[in-house]
Amino acid sequence: MKKISTPYLLLLPGFAFLFTFFILPIMNLAQTSTQTRIENGDTGQYEQTLRFANYFDAFIENREQFTRSFVYALIATLLALLISYPLAYALAFKAGKFKNILLVLVIAPFFTSFLLRTVAWKQILGEEGFVVPSLRTIGIISESTTLTSTSFAVIMGMTYNFLPFMTLPLYASIDRIDPRTLEASGDLYANGFTTFRRVTLPLSMPGVVAGTLLTFIPAAGDYVNAQILGSPNTKMIGNVIESRYFRVVDYPTAAALSFTLMAAILILVTLYIRKAGTEELV
Amino acid sequence: MSTKQKDASIPTLPVGALISRWIGRNLIRIYMFFAFTYLFIPVAYTFAFSFNDSGKSNLVWKGFTFDNWTNPCGAPQVCSALGNSIKIGLLATIFSTILGTMIAFAIGRHAFKGRSASNLLIFLPMATPEIVLGASLLSLLLVFQISPGFWPTVIAHVVFCMSFVVVTVKARIASLDPRLEQAAMDLYANEFETFRRVTLPLVAPGIAAAALLAFSLSFDDFIITNFNSGTMTTFPKFVYVSAARGIPAQANVIGSAMFFLALALVIIGQVVSRKRKVS
Repeated sequence: MKKISTPYLLLLPGFAFLFTFFILPIMNLAQTSTQTRIENGDTGQYEQTLRFANYFDAFIENREQFTRSFVYALIATLLALLISYPLAYALAFKAGKFKNILLVLVIAPFFTSFLLRTVAWKQILGEEGFVVPSLRTIGIISESTTLTSTSFAVIMGMTYNFLPFMTLPLYASIDRIDPRTLEASGDLYANGFTTFRRVTLPLSMPGVVAGTLLTFIPAAGDYVNAQILGSPNTKMIGNVIESRYFRVVDYPTAAALSFTLMAAILILVTLYIRKAGTEELV
Repeated sequence: MSTKQKDASIPTLPVGALISRWIGRNLIRIYMFFAFTYLFIPVAYTFAFSFNDSGKSNLVWKGFTFDNWTNPCGAPQVCSALGNSIKIGLLATIFSTILGTMIAFAIGRHAFKGRSASNLLIFLPMATPEIVLGASLLSLLLVFQISPGFWPTVIAHVVFCMSFVVVTVKARIASLDPRLEQAAMDLYANEFETFRRVTLPLVAPGIAAAALLAFSLSFDDFIITNFNSGTMTTFPKFVYVSAARGIPAQANVIGSAMFFLALALVIIGQVVSRKRKVS
């Protein structure tokens, strides 16, 4: 409706910023990933060699942590979906006048620092917390079983910490469903389950896709939960990248691992969006 | 006879059936109760342990005290870390909100060549794990021999907050009724006046929500900050570093205070927007 240049002028500052501090660093990361260590050089000194075998080496060496990252992230995402869907549904359709208050209460826990909450879980599930002794008394877990430093604790922590990323998009898309479509389905003799499977779920798919992506992506790259709630046996790829940067000072391997992680996630996301058939997110 | 039968049928209903009927009727309420308990357990724990007379390590309950609340800066470094987090959060919010809102208007209000590519570019930082964002910026800093610290952290935060601002503001722009702007134009407002008096006030709640989101994302960020902040400490970094030895109760005080502050802000926002709707 106005000058052709207007949108480009509006985009210019933001995109210049993104180019300098997002695209350029990623390109630099790609470059770093093929460097090799200078022989007899100091720690952290590398030369550009285009050694693509870095990727192979890094992956073989850390395939266990890679697999674990994706398995943990997948389980956490599914758990978050199972917990959030009924919650979002109840908020959208059953909360009545309490809708806004309950919505605030869903987000509210996440105003307390992410790290404080994770540490709180560590202490709640720890030996001195109230969960382990009471489970032992009932006899659900044996005397020698612990909850912290296990994959259970890491997955539980991830599920908890990324829950709002699942609940909010789900709520947004379920709330948009016209309740009359559900009534119509009932009038056409569909029972509750059929109505859910054929009407509610398909209509809420954009929320499911957005929610699962927003949970899975940060979960796959996370290392805080594994660090605080886990043990050396639950290390994820994020832990490896972090230690390669800060403890081992092996930048090429760290860069190759980061790049592999990013590529794997982008491929999975693309396939998933294709399959789920929503372009709304982008 | 029939009434007698009916009377008899009520008490003979087994207790198990009564319970399962009650559960069936209240399933959603029961579910909500458990879900909210789960959500609030760590918050309640953090709040409770902010009153712990714990000394240095806040792991075991030792007794009730208000000392941590009256002296929130009592633990070394905790307040300077908090100050850094607030400064970084405010700067990142200002920059990402301005840049992101401009992009949201360009994409939401204009049809132009390269629009879908622009959408993709905005989506990419959200689809990139934080550790990759943090690591890539750090590797660029290393190349140019810039030492990590305050400004690199602000820049890194702007990168990942911006996409969330764009998405939030764009959604608000998309929900606007275009007839309102047409009406303004019909009433002889020029483009600039229409924008200032009609469009901007209508989009403002979206921008405010985006700014709040940007601040909370920045304030709570650990992974990207850890890569780009060098020796500077932020509040999440402080908690992470002290987690091994036990976090001082002052950190719980600050976490709880943030919780109540944010809750109050959101509730005030809700009340204000409801009053506006009514009037």
